Parts: sequence; C-alpha cells; structure tokens
Amino acid sequence: MKKINPNINRDKKAIEIRGLQKAFDDFEVLKGVDLDLYQGENLVVLGRSGTGKSVLIKIISGLLKADSGIVNVLGKDVCCLTSKEMDALRLKIGFSFQNSALYDSMTVKENLEFPLVRHAKHMTQKERDDLIDVILDAVGLAQTIDQMPSELSGGQRKRIGIARTLILRPEIMLYDEPTAGLDPITCIDINNLINEVQRRFNTSSIIITHDLTCARAVGDRLVMLLDGQFQRDGTFEEVFNSEDKRVKAFYNYNFTD
Amino acid sequence: MNQSNNNNLNEPQKRKYVLSRRLDRAFLELYNIYAFVARFFKEVFLPPYEFKEIIKQCYEVGVRSLPLVSVTAFIIGIVFTNQSRPSLADFGATALLPALISVAIIRAIGPLVTAIITSGRVGSSIGAEIGSMRVTEQIDAMEVSATNPFKFLVVSRVLATTFMIPALTMYTTLLALLGGYLNVHQNEQTTLITFFSQVFEAITFLDIVASSVKSVLFGFTIGMVGCYKGYNSSKGTEGVGKAANTSVVTAMFLIFVEELLVMQVINAVRGI
Repeated sequence: MKKINPNINRDKKAIEIRGLQKAFDDFEVLKGVDLDLYQGENLVVLGRSGTGKSVLIKIISGLLKADSGIVNVLGKDVCCLTSKEMDALRLKIGFSFQNSALYDSMTVKENLEFPLVRHAKHMTQKERDDLIDVILDAVGLAQTIDQMPSELSGGQRKRIGIARTLILRPEIMLYDEPTAGLDPITCIDINNLINEVQRRFNTSSIIITHDLTCARAVGDRLVMLLDGQFQRDGTFEEVFNSEDKRVKAFYNYNFTD
Repeated sequence: MNQSNNNNLNEPQKRKYVLSRRLDRAFLELYNIYAFVARFFKEVFLPPYEFKEIIKQCYEVGVRSLPLVSVTAFIIGIVFTNQSRPSLADFGATALLPALISVAIIRAIGPLVTAIITSGRVGSSIGAEIGSMRVTEQIDAMEVSATNPFKFLVVSRVLATTFMIPALTMYTTLLALLGGYLNVHQNEQTTLITFFSQVFEAITFLDIVASSVKSVLFGFTIGMVGCYKGYNSSKGTEGVGKAANTSVVTAMFLIFVEELLVMQVINAVRGI
C-alpha cells in the first residue's frame, strides 16, 4: 500500500474538470464528469473497459474535443485554446500511451531526441545527449540507447515511453493503462517507476487502470468511473469499503481471479 | 435515423435512405479530401520546416526506387522498340524508329511507367507506414508532444514524391531511350549520335514541358493519396492493409485520369 505523498498541495489544482460530457454517435460515454487533480498528487481512475477512462485523458491532452463542460488544465481551459496555445500547454503534459506508441522507425535515442530537437532548440547536441542519458538512467534502461523499439520487451517499451514524456519535464503525467499486458514483476517495476517519477520530478499524475494492484501501489487517491460518472472518490480503502455491487464485483474480480 | 426506424420503412423508402446515406458519405469524403489538400498547401509554407525528414524521404522515394525503375525502363525501351519495328518495316520506315520511340517515351511512357512503378512501391509504403502509425497511436504521441504530425509525416512525404518523381522520370526516360538505342543499333547499326539527334529532332519543347508537368502532378498525387489513406486509416491491422492497397489503386486510377486530362490540354495548346 502506498503512503500518501506529503508534498501534495491541496490549495492548487493541476486539473479541474466540471460537467464534462462526451458522446460517440448515440453512445454517451461521459455524462457530466467532475474531477480535481491536486498538485503533486497521483490520482488513479478506475473503471471497466469502455467506460471512457482513456477518453477522459485524451480530452485533457486535447486529442479529443469535449461535447460540453469545462476542462481546466494548469489554469487554461483546453476547449478554448488556439492550436498554438494548446501546443504550449502540451509541453507541460506527458502522455504515456497504453501500447507505448514509440516511433518504430527510430532508435530509442532518436525517440527521446524527437521532442528535444523541436522544443529545446537552445540546447546543444552535447546537452541533449547528456539529458537523454540522465532520463534513460532514471528509467533504468541506459543500455538500450541504440536499440530499435522492436528489439525491446513490453516493459522496456513502457519505460522508454515514460522516459520520452519525461524528457521535456512535464508538470502533469497522464498514464493510460501503464501495466496492461505486463507480467506481475514488470508491473511492480512500472508502479515503482510511476512513484519515482512523482517523487523525483514532482509531477501531478492521472493513472488510468483497471489493475487494482497498480491502483493500490501508485494512487494517493482513487476515483471510480461507473455509468459515465465518478461514483466513488477517496483512498483505496474508502473506495472499496462500499456496498455498491458494481464496486464489489470490480474488487472481487481483481483479487479472487 | 436509427436502425429501428429504418426497419419500419417500405422498400422504395429504404432504397432512398440507403442512397442518401451513401451520398452523404461520398460528399463527406470529398470534403475531407479537399480539407486534407488545403491543409497541405497551408502547412507547406509555414515554419517550422522538417528539412531532415524531407531529405530522408527524398532518399526513400528517389534513391531506393532506382534499381526497380532502371531495370523496368531499360526493358521497356528494348521491348517497345522491338515490337514497333515490324509495323514500320511493313512500310519500309524503320528509319523513323528513333523518332517514334522518342515521342512515345518522352510524351507518355516515361512519366506513366515511373509513376506506376513508384505508386506501387512508394505509395503503398507511405499508406502502410502512416496507417500503422495511426493505429498504434504514434501520430497521437506526436500530437501530444506538441509536434505537428501533419507537417512531419504528410508535408515531408508529399514534397519528396513531388520532387523526386520528375527526377526519376527524366532518368527513366533516358534509360528507356538507351534501351531503344541498343535495339536499334543491333538491327539498323545506327550510331548513338545519329540516334539521339533523331530523338531530339522529333520532340518539341512542349513535349518536355508536358512530361515535366505530368510527372510533378503524378508525384504529388502518389504522395497525397498515400498520406491521405494512411492518415485516415482505422480498424487496426485490417485498416493498415486497406490503406496500403487503396493508396496504390486510387493513385493509379488518378494517374491515368491526369494523363488523359494533361494530354487533352497539351493537344489543345498544339491546336490538334
């Protein structure tokens, strides 16, 4: 069980969402979602597949547009930003994709260099190389620098994906199913890495998952998405100390199967 | 109109409904194509410029196509000359072979063969590569890292095909003419200088211009179609295969339509 991060600043919200709605054709995925992410906090969003968890973070990062509601990220309403303003905001957001989304025609070094070349033009090649070494050390994969993504294991790809998002020192990290498809030992490594990122880079994070072991290991707070709305909000115990059958079923499935 | 309402319709109404849905989709697709092309022309002039990627793509499109294009062009030159000879021989006009070859190769065969070969090789690879990047969220990853994926992927590839296919066309034309020369030399003992002086006597400046305009158009079409199909692909690996396949088929179809249109315009200019 994770100890709640003492550095969470409850007076400052990194993300504030009010009345968020999103539908795909006739299927309403998010039905008026409210959410606060405090500075320095790891917030886990739980829910079954297809409940709109990934949709939520895609709206936060501007990949999808909300139908209605307010999505305030670092004091900026993402719905009303120009593309230039959105790009400036995106530099402060790191997005770790479910399947890592590494650029498969580039080596690990080129993957990490890709955002640097475009957004840290003041850096010399030597400074870039040094930073890449530091970040690769932080995720424990310095030896993979010249490898292609296809030569990496699932866990290594996840770590490199996280490293690529960390290279621009984001203030907010969004993790989409960070432990999906990994063996239990690698899951523990990834959970430790998420906590290490929070501690070392002082990030505020949203972790999307349906893996309760991961939720318990990384979450300072948990929210549960049911029927398009957050039904439960609190620590791991508070969320699962519930009589709601759906919550119980979710818990039992994770820990009895 | 949802499925349950659709079930209540009688046969003519159903047909009307299906037709209207198809028309909707067709117009939407046309609009999407227009928006995609318009975005290209907007983005191509705006900084930042992805020079490194453009050069990389020029290498992929141009240099990597050389072996295939070289062999094909050379063989076509030989075969075309060989097949044309009997018809001219019937009229005792084999001396006109260099002129015939030059007109056919420079006006039509050179640009067309280059475009068809590269649309098979490059168009499908662009469609598959971008399609696979779309379904594995690599394009989204670029977008969330505040990099314009359209500029990096689409603009660079379309510029590469637009620049490199005219260059390849010139090369193909020269090789096909050389193939033709070898055949003529073998049968009629014509020298290289005589052959090429007859070649240049037979063509006009307008032929060179038309050939260049066509190859630029073909290059733009191959790049644009591949990128559009890949960028808008969906449905996982099935979508990637479909993007690669439709990139080639659509590009080839458009190449022939453009060939026809440019030929009509050039004939009008010539006053034919």
